[in-house]
Parts: sequence; C-alpha cells; structure tokens
Amino acid sequence: MSSLEQPVLDYTPRARNVAGFVALLRSELLLALRRSADIANPLLFFVTVLALLPLGVGPEPDLLARLAPGMIWVVALLATLLSQESLFRGDFEDGSLEQLALAPQPLYFAVLAKVSVHWLVTGLPLALLSPLLGMMLNLPSGGYLSLFLSLLLGTASLSLIGAVGAALTVGLRRAGLLLALIVMPLYVPVLIFGTGAVQAAVDGYAYGPQLAILAALLAGGTALAPLAAAGAIRISLDN
Amino acid sequence: MARKSPSSNSLQVRQLSCERDGRVLFAGLDFELGAGQALQVEGANGAGKTTLLRTLIGSAGDFTGEIAWNERAFPAALPDLRAHLLYIGHGAGVRRGLTPLENLAWYGAGRGEAMRALEQVDLFGFEDSLCHQLSAGQNRRVALARLFLPGAPPLWILDEPLAALDVAGVSALQGQMACHLSRGGSILFTSHQPLALAGLRTLNLSEYATEEPEPLAEEGTDVFA
Repeated sequence: MSSLEQPVLDYTPRARNVAGFVALLRSELLLALRRSADIANPLLFFVTVLALLPLGVGPEPDLLARLAPGMIWVVALLATLLSQESLFRGDFEDGSLEQLALAPQPLYFAVLAKVSVHWLVTGLPLALLSPLLGMMLNLPSGGYLSLFLSLLLGTASLSLIGAVGAALTVGLRRAGLLLALIVMPLYVPVLIFGTGAVQAAVDGYAYGPQLAILAALLAGGTALAPLAAAGAIRISLDN
Repeated sequence: MARKSPSSNSLQVRQLSCERDGRVLFAGLDFELGAGQALQVEGANGAGKTTLLRTLIGSAGDFTGEIAWNERAFPAALPDLRAHLLYIGHGAGVRRGLTPLENLAWYGAGRGEAMRALEQVDLFGFEDSLCHQLSAGQNRRVALARLFLPGAPPLWILDEPLAALDVAGVSALQGQMACHLSRGGSILFTSHQPLALAGLRTLNLSEYATEEPEPLAEEGTDVFA
C-alpha cells in the first residue's frame, strides 16, 4: 500500500525555513504569471487614466508638466491599491492560508514572499512604465530618473502597507472600501516623499534625501508590515 | 523541537467546551488520542465538529477546559503540536491555479515522492493539469495525496476526508489510514460515513450538546461559515 514502512514515532519535523521560502516564492510567482489578467489590470488602469488626463485638463504642455509628478504618483498609488484586495483572498478561500498559518515556519516569511511577488508583478512594471508616461505628460527631462527610482522604492512600501490592510479584511465579503479607508492614510507619507523627490529633481534640486526617506520607509515596512499582516491573518482565520 | 524522543504522542482533552457566536456548541468533552489510535467525530450538522477540530489545532481560540499535547497544556504546546500535525480542512488547501505536482511541491514534497503519492491517489496522468480543470473529487484527492507522502507527520486531523470521494478513493484512503495507525500515528477525523478501521472509536458530539438543538434553518450554516 505505502512505500514507507518506518514508524512515525521518531518523526522529526523538517526544518525548511529557507527552502520553504523559496518554494513559496516560486509557486506564488507561478500563480501570478498564470493570472495574467490580474497583472494587466493595474497597468491598464495606470496607462488609461494618465492617457485621459490631457483630454480632461487640456493639452497645454506647461500645465501637464506641472501636474505630471503628482498625477503619475497618485495614479500609481491607486493602481497598487486596486490590486491589493485579492492578495490573500484566493488563499483564504481555498484553505491554503490556514495551512500557511499552521506551518512550522513563521507566517512572516510567507507574507514576505507574497508581498515580494505582488511588488514584482505590479510595482515593478509600474516603475518601468513610468518614464513612458512621463514623456506623455511632458515631464521635464530632469525628472525621469527620480520618478523611476522613487516609484521603485515607493511601490514596494505600498505593497507592504497594503498587505496589512488586505490581511485585516480578508475575512470580509466586500472589503474594497474598508481596505481603502484603512490603507490610504498609511500611504500618505510614501506619496509625499515620492512626489517630493520628483518635484525636487524637476526644479533642479538634490532629491537624494527624499529617496533616502523612501528607502527608510521601505526598510521599516519590510521589518514590521509582514509581522502586522501575519497577526491580522491569524485574527481573520479565527472565526 | 524540545522533545527529542516522543515515546508516545498523545492528545488529551478534558472538560472541553466550545463556543461559537455566543452559543455553546458542546460542553464536558473528554477524550484521549494516543499513538496508533483513531477517533471518528460524528454529530449532526452544526454540532461543532469543525469547530472542535479547529480548536484542537489552535485556530479557533474560544474554548474552556483543557487540551494537552504530550502532557503539556495549550497554548504552550501549540508549536510542538503543529510541528507534528497534518491538517486537512474544509478548504482543502489545494491552490486551483497550480497543478497537483506544484501543489505538493508547495507542501515541501520532492518531485519523485509527489509523483508516487499522486499515483497512489489515482491521479497519474493528471499531475500537470491545472487543479481548476479537475473535478471536486480529484481536487480532494490532491489534498489527500499529502497523506501518502513519505515523512508525513504523526498526528492527522482531517475534516470530512471522504467528502466527494468515490468508492475506490475511500478504500485507498482507508488503507493508508490503517497503514498510518500501524506505524504508530494517530488520526482524528470527522465523517458521516462509517469507515472500516481496526480499533476505531467514535465520538458523537450531539451527545455533548448543552441546549436543545435549534431549528435546522438556524443551524448548519455557522459551522461552515
């Protein structure tokens, strides 16, 4: 019947913290790539809204150039928020979130793996697309590098912060608005320093300090957000 | 883990009562599950079978009474219990966007062991199909394939493992459960179907209900919520 005959009493749990993290990362990435519509949605939203902007406010290059840093950042933030609700939902519904919570390795790493993949399929493409949209909105040439770098750092923080909100609301049926209410205030510092960096670069000032603060937010978020999200997942599972 | 040589893994429950949404589901529950023993939990819909199982794995916090794993009380014993636990719940933990093989890899199985396990649950040839293309019974088999992996943990807690399984599936599962018991494992499961396992004890939760059962319309839903 079974290929194994040894008694189970001398069972020792497999220690697989690193291997477990890598396996999780791989399957998350696989899942994300198979749901290509979920990757395309935030990107399409990003491009469409910014393409419509000149139609709304008029095609004057000076006006667009003034709006560009703020608009690109706000729309990138909303695009991230859009994709955040489904972060834990599928796993919650099929029971694999509960399996993760029961696993011997800390839930922290599982959350970190999921957030990393979320950033890889939303934040990273948004940052890569941003120079193109900067060009559409007539962003002054000094702003491109800072726009790219600030989005690269900032969207990772947004993914981490959003994971906490997603974990808190995963047990609720219609969580969209509540998630936005929880997460939006926490997004504000990232938005302020992100647009600040781009604006400083456009105006010809040094934007290193703003990037440094974004990096600090990311470092703090990496340490704390998965912990908070793991706690929130345990609460969500307990009912 | 702290215990190096657990000579007998055992789960003890004394005077346990569980509550859900302000309603006491059952009270005064006593049982012990030692190595090589199996216990089938029965009871009407809404009697609290799933709640009992989720309490025992530490996922549902509202209980009074005592639960002990290897003589150590909850919640201190929880990490050790979870390290020795294989739990398959209502949501089987099968990710629909992955293939059966990838699902088992997610649980840490190597390719060779996963293929052998899938063969034993009769999913040979389906290992590379996406799970959302498989039937409900086949998805159940993917979840149950974890029981066929070498190095499976000693304590199995299974919620309705027979749901959606066909006759051949039930007998394969029964065989694997008997094999697990003979190797000194323990199994706690809920089912409405009788299983032919040597030394199987049953526990009817309805006998521990504290109130008159409410009308069916109000019951039933909360356990699955």
